Amino acid sequence: MSLGDKLEKLDRRWIFLLMGVLVLLPLLFPLKLPIAVSGPASRFYQAVENVPNGSIVVISGDFDPASAPELMPMTNSAVRHLFRKNCRIIALELWPGGPPLVDGVLHRIGNELGKKYGTDYVNLGYKSGNEVVMLAFGSTFSGTFPNDYSGTPVSKLPLMEDVDNFDGVKLLVNISAGTPGTKEWVQQAQGRYHIPMVSGSTAVQSPELYPYLQSGQLLGLLGGMAGAAEYEKSTNFLGPATKGMDAQSSAHVYIMFLILLGNVIYFSRRGAKG
Amino acid sequence: MWIAAALTLFIFSFLYKDNPLYKFAEHLFVGVSAGYIVVQQFWQVLWPNLIEPIQTPGTLDVWKFWVGGILCLLLFTRFSAKASWLSRFAIAIIIGVYAGAKTTGFAQAEVVAQVQATMLPLWNPAHLADSFNNIVLAVGVVCTLVFFFFSTEHKGFVGGTAKLGIWYLMVSFGAAYGFTVMSRISLLIGRFQFLLDNWLGIVRF
Repeated sequence: MSLGDKLEKLDRRWIFLLMGVLVLLPLLFPLKLPIAVSGPASRFYQAVENVPNGSIVVISGDFDPASAPELMPMTNSAVRHLFRKNCRIIALELWPGGPPLVDGVLHRIGNELGKKYGTDYVNLGYKSGNEVVMLAFGSTFSGTFPNDYSGTPVSKLPLMEDVDNFDGVKLLVNISAGTPGTKEWVQQAQGRYHIPMVSGSTAVQSPELYPYLQSGQLLGLLGGMAGAAEYEKSTNFLGPATKGMDAQSSAHVYIMFLILLGNVIYFSRRGAKG
Repeated sequence: MWIAAALTLFIFSFLYKDNPLYKFAEHLFVGVSAGYIVVQQFWQVLWPNLIEPIQTPGTLDVWKFWVGGILCLLLFTRFSAKASWLSRFAIAIIIGVYAGAKTTGFAQAEVVAQVQATMLPLWNPAHLADSFNNIVLAVGVVCTLVFFFFSTEHKGFVGGTAKLGIWYLMVSFGAAYGFTVMSRISLLIGRFQFLLDNWLGIVRF
């Protein structure tokens, strides 16, 4: 049996095992490979930076635990960046799994930076209805979300007295894992209310969103863990995304090697068959 | 923490082969997710947006909530063969609202704004790199549209243009595949970070 035959019949579990090892080792022994900040991530940072200090910003955390490794680091960085600028944050979630994740980030970083719930930030929680919620939210925040995530009427939250629609909002930050997410926010809110918008999305979704960046509908875009790591670098807070990029790179090299190997075997066997 | 770590390892065990521990974790996930969503829908949606306003004396235009509530209940008539026609009223409203919202949003964001963004100056001596990017973009848009134009046989000039369109599509598929790989590896990294940090405490992320 030739090497090509052996490799073709290789038990796929060996490939999984090697992938596991190649991801695990750089996490245990970091290589500290350099991270270059790309244009879209730099524009995301700049868009947040350009928001006047103390402004009201809406964050829509449209994701759930399944995409947390990619999206939690960028949520952390965005919240930290906005709080450092003394921006006040109104958060909402259009995915049922999102509220506890976003709530955790807001409270943890809010406590760390001395922010007060209700005055500096609120979490309105989850609402089903996708695009209809976006439309309704654009008309009235309090009508769409009469209570916040913990059940407190929004009329009792000082921050919500200052704003009830997108007129008073300087930036919409969407952290998106799919539908509903950035695509829908661009269609329903950015286009309709002309609100400046940035997006942090899963890598899978990113290619679909680049046209919005090119057209200026999005002011910035973070794509997957790499985008999150670039944003962490821009904000000088090295978190889990940065620490995961060595493993990401080593896995990518391994996959490139497998693709090349698969092609070499395929073409060599096709050549042998004549 | 131990439960989360054990369930992660149960799911990973599928990579070796299907087994009862994996099945247990999978079924537990489905059950917990269903229960969680029901609770979220009730307390975050139905309660504040329907039940509470109806219960609260002095709610303005309370009849609107009643109409919404009744339409919501009509959806459940689908379980009865005789009364299922009543559910069509609610479904008609849902479809009408969604179709209207999607059409106008799509027309603005996907058609007008995207076409506008494609109308770029192809030659600007002061910014040669921009000129090159704009030409690549414009040629890509035209060639890809020609590829999807099936009213003319793809031969000669049209065939060549369509073939270039295929190359553009292949590049976009390659980029999409690369991003998908990054996404999937990120999930594995996330689980490993959880096991190493939160569970074992070996490394801090």
